Amino acid sequence: MGGLVALALVLVTISFREDGSGPLADAQSAAASALRPLQVAADRVAEPFRDAYAWGEGLAHARTDAKRLQRENEVLRQQYVRARLAEQENARLRSLLRFRSGPRFPEGFEGVAAEVIYRPPGAYAQAIVVAAGRDDGIRVDDPVVTAQGLVGTVSRVGSRTARVTLLTDDQSAVSATVLGTEAAGIVRLGQGPRAPLRLVRVPKEAVVKVGDTVVTAGWRSRRFSSLYPQGILIGRVTSVGRADTDLFTQVQLEPFADLSSLEAVLVLVPSDRAAGTP
Amino acid sequence: MTVALRVAVLVFVAAVFQVGAVAGSRVLGAEPDLLLVVLVVVALLAGSITGAIAGFAGGLLVGVMTLDTLGTTSIVLTVAGYWAGRYGETTGRGRPYAAPLAAFAITVLATPANVALHFLLGQPVSAGAAFATLIPTAIVNSALAFGLYPLCRRFLASPDRLGGRAREVEVV
Repeated sequence: MGGLVALALVLVTISFREDGSGPLADAQSAAASALRPLQVAADRVAEPFRDAYAWGEGLAHARTDAKRLQRENEVLRQQYVRARLAEQENARLRSLLRFRSGPRFPEGFEGVAAEVIYRPPGAYAQAIVVAAGRDDGIRVDDPVVTAQGLVGTVSRVGSRTARVTLLTDDQSAVSATVLGTEAAGIVRLGQGPRAPLRLVRVPKEAVVKVGDTVVTAGWRSRRFSSLYPQGILIGRVTSVGRADTDLFTQVQLEPFADLSSLEAVLVLVPSDRAAGTP
Repeated sequence: MTVALRVAVLVFVAAVFQVGAVAGSRVLGAEPDLLLVVLVVVALLAGSITGAIAGFAGGLLVGVMTLDTLGTTSIVLTVAGYWAGRYGETTGRGRPYAAPLAAFAITVLATPANVALHFLLGQPVSAGAAFATLIPTAIVNSALAFGLYPLCRRFLASPDRLGGRAREVEVV
């Protein structure tokens, strides 16, 4: 054995010193080339076994992988839902923020942002409950808006919550004008799902076209004034009807604000009252 | 075919398969060494001198085929073959678990020896990677030895030389 080890050491020394160029290296290279086909053959012979082993191993791991991936999928789905909700909320709040600091926001009012915490079920309860109340300076009859347009008015107020009656409630009435015309009327509940609102008491001679924008009139007299500030977007005219026998023009509206999926709103509080709120 | 020739065939085939097919493949987190296992089995069956020569030749073949520094693998396998042969000639003879046990022990000892030799020659070697798979490799080699031992024994068949069952008794 000693001789073989010594021979091996000699080989190591020569091979190491030659460093790839020399008679031993040449012989090694030639031998390697000669043995190459055998290596390829061995590889070919072993390939089916390797494949079979890989297949078996894959099969064994597939069950574990499936369970792990299922768990990961559930976690990711939850995270996705949370992220989507946060994204939506973020967009809503940004939209409200832009509206509050934008030129369309009515003068003399402060906007109290409130999350919609409850929507009564059923088609008849045209109201929502928001997470802001008397403590935030909110009072009954305060107008409620979103960045898209008018939503309704506060009909009941608690210390930290308030109930908002929507425009689509049959008790709701908003004095409004058609933008760019002299036409004025009162926005009331419509007569069908395709036209949730209608503008009533519009004089027959008034020129109103489909697509016109209806905004709050915001009138003010000596003793009374409208609950709503002037110029808040309400809706778009979807149809105009004039019958000879009617005294007024029939105007159907579609509200700008999506009243069926409200998530956050702004309650308009007069600035003087808002200043006194802690 | 003489035993020496059969040993040479076995070692040659094992070396070719080791380099061409087995090297680099992972089985249960281990990197099995077919040549080392065959060498251990051959040495156990054929003795220490045959084991040492087979180790030297096998190591040389691997060195040639991998274009490695010639002799490095040979040194390790020569010692491994000799040790396995001595074990077979002494305590291991006739023991059913001699082959797996020897394969396990020699794998555990040969790996650091190989790493040390490459390190001494200034060649890049990752001891971490080598030792990370050491125990799984030793276990898989051990299992391989357990399976290969009866096959090699049959291939090298020379009952009187290899300690097989006696078929006749002669009264002297």
